[in-house]
Amino acid sequence: MSTTTSPSPGTAPTPEDIVVHDVVVKPVSRTRRIVTGVVMILVGALTFALGRNAEAHSARFDLSQGSEFIHLPDLVLPVAATAYVCGVLILVLGVLQAVKGFTKPWSTVVGSAVGLLFLLAFFCWAASGGTGSTIDLLGVLENTLGLAAPIILGALGAVLCERSGVINVAIEGQMLAGAWAGAMFGTVIGRSGGVVAALVAGALMGWLLALFSIRYLVNQVVLGVVLNVLALGLTGFLYDALMQPNQDSLNNPGSFDSIAIPVLSKLPLIGPLLFDQNVIVYLMYVLIVVIQVALFRTRWGLRTRAVGEHPKAADTVGINVLRVRYRNVIMGGAIAGLGGAYMTIGAVGSFTKDITSGNGFIALAALIFGRWSPRGAVGAALLFGFAYELQTLLSLVQPPVTIPTNFLAMLPYLATIFAVAGLVGKVRAPAADGEPYVKE
Amino acid sequence: MSQTSTAPPAEPAAPTPEPGRSGRRRLGDSPVVVTALAFVAAIVVGGVLIAVSDEQTRNAATYFFSYPWDTFRYGFSAIWEAYKALFEGAIFNPGRASSGTIAGIFGPISETLVSATPLILGGLSVGLAFRAGLFNIGGQGQIIAGAICAGYVGFAWHLPPVIHLIVAAVAGILGGAVWGGIAGFLKAKTGAHEVISTIMLNYVAYYLLAFLLSVESFQRPPYGQAISNSILGSARLPHLLGGSLRLHLGLVIALLAAYGVHWLLTRSTLGFEFRAVGANQNAARTAGMSVGATYTRVMLIAGGLAGLAGVTQILGTNPAITQDIDAGIGFDAITVALLGRANAGGTVLAGILFGALRAGGVQMQSSTGTPIDVVDVIQAVIVLFIAAPALVRGIFRLKGSGAGTGQALAKGWNG
Repeated sequence: MSTTTSPSPGTAPTPEDIVVHDVVVKPVSRTRRIVTGVVMILVGALTFALGRNAEAHSARFDLSQGSEFIHLPDLVLPVAATAYVCGVLILVLGVLQAVKGFTKPWSTVVGSAVGLLFLLAFFCWAASGGTGSTIDLLGVLENTLGLAAPIILGALGAVLCERSGVINVAIEGQMLAGAWAGAMFGTVIGRSGGVVAALVAGALMGWLLALFSIRYLVNQVVLGVVLNVLALGLTGFLYDALMQPNQDSLNNPGSFDSIAIPVLSKLPLIGPLLFDQNVIVYLMYVLIVVIQVALFRTRWGLRTRAVGEHPKAADTVGINVLRVRYRNVIMGGAIAGLGGAYMTIGAVGSFTKDITSGNGFIALAALIFGRWSPRGAVGAALLFGFAYELQTLLSLVQPPVTIPTNFLAMLPYLATIFAVAGLVGKVRAPAADGEPYVKE
Repeated sequence: MSQTSTAPPAEPAAPTPEPGRSGRRRLGDSPVVVTALAFVAAIVVGGVLIAVSDEQTRNAATYFFSYPWDTFRYGFSAIWEAYKALFEGAIFNPGRASSGTIAGIFGPISETLVSATPLILGGLSVGLAFRAGLFNIGGQGQIIAGAICAGYVGFAWHLPPVIHLIVAAVAGILGGAVWGGIAGFLKAKTGAHEVISTIMLNYVAYYLLAFLLSVESFQRPPYGQAISNSILGSARLPHLLGGSLRLHLGLVIALLAAYGVHWLLTRSTLGFEFRAVGANQNAARTAGMSVGATYTRVMLIAGGLAGLAGVTQILGTNPAITQDIDAGIGFDAITVALLGRANAGGTVLAGILFGALRAGGVQMQSSTGTPIDVVDVIQAVIVLFIAAPALVRGIFRLKGSGAGTGQALAKGWNG
């Protein structure tokens, strides 16, 4: 799939005109097959070791809240046996991978299976410290979703932005603006007003990004960094100047109550997890589905991707490149703003300085790790949210060997570095991402 | 072709200046004028914020339509007081100077230069990478890595005075260089975009520091708090103007580093390679330069410079490792490099300027209650305007050739 765009006739070819794309579909190389296999075998061995290291005999998992149709009993698993079984299964898969190698549809399945088996054994082991403790599995999943929600929204906003060819390093700033506006206006005109204000604030930050990158051709990475500083300064300033002295009247929006969806919320496990959430999370579900479908199945999506991959071609067939970019960047900003609002009026119920604390950059990581697709970004965000939640969990249950939680916190970032370095498959950005389009 | 609702991104470059308007045309193209006007714009934006934050002004604004004069009067007085405090904190405070002591006269300048030192070094780091066409967003991680290494040598090793200082500083430079070098190496070997890898490495460094600060061998007794042992006296950077002022040898190091970067870029083969790769990597490759090796080298040096910023912080300004040792310098350094237009002299001036804003901001917050965050806003607005000269020209109605700085630097994730 190597393409070379030829420069328009009559003009001298400039380096910018020649875009050489890498081959996207690669046959699985021998080294990669064996390395992956060896890694899996090591994971299997580690899983086995967890079984030997366990202190208590059984691990107990709490799976229900009590309001479901069917009350799931606590899951009690023998720690050592579970870990041994999981370890052996992983070892078998690893050997198969090293010898034969799995091809495309199966490699994903095998990868997820190894991950889940390891996690199962890991959870059993974690709960087996001392005399054993119960892991509230439902709670863990709920917290994961809660931690992932702002990351998902930030990454979704960035998907819109980057798919149309504008690099968005300013997610953090857009979220911060949304978080601030949500709290401030949520207090003054009510929480629903706060959501609208957050959308508008995020959109304004998005508009700044669009204006400076599309009209004034400012380098988009630099611009993103500067906009983050601007948002941090502005919200910090307004917090200190207005909200801090008047906490009750300007920074007390409270948070949305969760709304249980009638029948669905009574389903075991997924009911309380997915269908007993607040309105921002439901909005998020809608956005995930709409963006995933729209980007790949509608005219708007095709245009967006065309503008992000090859603006000149898009322009030739009559797409207004700049307008598509403006719209997408502003919409993306609004969605990221909603992600910020989740952190204030969706969760803690007030604003503090730098409340997003790097979530915007995690969202950027999720976007990249998810290979610029909405579905991938959501998956990556959930994974990163889970990595966060794991830190809390491990400090609660006290596993047999204490794991420094800071290393868990590093995982999302390390995973992203590995991803962009091509160690877990090729990550490719939209071809024209970050390149301003100047009509000739 | 549907009609475009937006104006064309840049005015086409006119080959010859219009007669009669050439004076204004030249004005609009001069970087000095653009910088100065960006400044004016930032001061105005900051002024509006200060007025908004002033309670008296806000109260007066409630009856703005019946008596607007009050709003302006209180607003301007708030702005004047705040900027006056900023000046007094950053440059010269007549009240304190009348005491006649060294601390009274040079105190504000000393604080400015103390804040400027790591900003200059960080700005040099970002600027050097810019020249080779790389974005070093990883100043934060490199500063942390440098501070960890320098700090550890500084408090855990026992060496004779001068040697200890040198060894600690070298350790810090190496730490930063390794952290930056990883990003350069990954870029060279795998094509991983340095913006992504440096941002991610920032967080890896942050959590590495958090981990180290949770380990007892790093903490100071009584254990349990996230602060390291104090740097031993033998590894501290000496004060330049006596113990009453915080100004330390770090400033001299920063100035020497600036000269070194200037020399590197303009006089050395290595610097020529950096600039060649930055200007056109295809041409550089054709000329026989190894683009990959250049990426690794420039990120090693850039990381080393940022590491040096960490060194001056830990051995000079804050002689103990804490979680916020970076204090936003890594990101501020990017704005410094942009304002300094990625050359050494400009970076020094930009660093001193933003150092002055930092130092003055502290005074402003304590004496007028204006939150120091306004300094961030001023800084961001200056850089935004400088990056978009066309906007500055538009606001101030100057004519220019329309050449933006953005396009020269623009490239995508895949580039």
